[in-house]
Amino acid sequence: MTRLEALTRVYPQLEPRIVVTIMGAVAAELQSIGHRPNFFYLQHAMGLASSIGLGIALSKPDRQVVVLDGDGSILMNLGGLTTLARYRPKNLVHVVFDNESLLSVGGFPTATSTGSDLARIAAAAGVPRTCTVTTIEEFARAFGEALEAGELTTLVAKVEARGPAGYVTDLSLLENRFQFQRYLRS
Amino acid sequence: MSPVSQTHSRIIYDALKASGVRLMSALPETWLVHLIRMAEDDPDMTLVRLAKEEEGVGISAGAHLAGVKSAMLMQNHGFLASINGIVSCAQLYHIPLLMLVSYRGEFGERDPWQTAGGGVTEDLLRALRIPFAYLDRADHVAPRIAKAQTLSLSANKPVALLLCRDLMWEEA
Repeated sequence: MTRLEALTRVYPQLEPRIVVTIMGAVAAELQSIGHRPNFFYLQHAMGLASSIGLGIALSKPDRQVVVLDGDGSILMNLGGLTTLARYRPKNLVHVVFDNESLLSVGGFPTATSTGSDLARIAAAAGVPRTCTVTTIEEFARAFGEALEAGELTTLVAKVEARGPAGYVTDLSLLENRFQFQRYLRS
Repeated sequence: MSPVSQTHSRIIYDALKASGVRLMSALPETWLVHLIRMAEDDPDMTLVRLAKEEEGVGISAGAHLAGVKSAMLMQNHGFLASINGIVSCAQLYHIPLLMLVSYRGEFGERDPWQTAGGGVTEDLLRALRIPFAYLDRADHVAPRIAKAQTLSLSANKPVALLLCRDLMWEEA
């Protein structure tokens, strides 16, 4: 499965929800499918997308938040998984696209390529629902179930280490940030 | 009885509440114990206990975007540990942060392990162009917290208040 296929498949479910992504391929690919004012792309600060998602989920408990994370990013903030698990917001779905590499900076392998298992790490941190999927059908089903579950879920999707040709898009960072804030507060 | 000032911690806490803060992230350190307990005991405060201080940047950013005022309680070494998040989340995206930083390692510090961080805290704040002020006397706590938050929100940027020994610690 490619990340783009996975994003395309669940896009109708992302459309009405608050979405926070990491930088690089995830941000560029989601924008290529279609930007919306309820999507925020954290184009740096690796590791903090899940923390931003937690801050939003705690502040807007009546809205569902989807974080689109990556292996390289979450590996920089594994402690954050323990914080997510500690507060386990029912309105947060944490998707980790695991391509076992730092794709946008040369494709060097991350520790998930040598056996570190992010779903098991999340489970051991205390995240109540976790799973790893490898096919598009499994992903679509697991994502749908996570949205319905009403419980914090970390869903690890193993994806191919392929991405877009470029990462810079015509959406400026601050335009995205203020549009997203206005959406969240309206 | 801990020499950390309960009275002054209460003044700080009440000032944060008066400024509309409804979410606090914290990582315990000796000088912050009373503040963290006050947040814990307050049904109107969401306290987020962190594994590492940088997470607090993301949590406060999310809260701000969603319209909730927040504050971050940390030691100056926690500020050191948060710098990438401060720069590449809060400053890059023009997001306000109200950081209350216990200023360990300054004059009077007895713990040798706090002294290296104490010596670089202000230089780092200046290098990052983070406006800061000292909280070292009870009578200016409330106005300085209010003014720090006002600037943070109008400028959309991080600000810091340094919690000083003269305010936080009741021994000479």
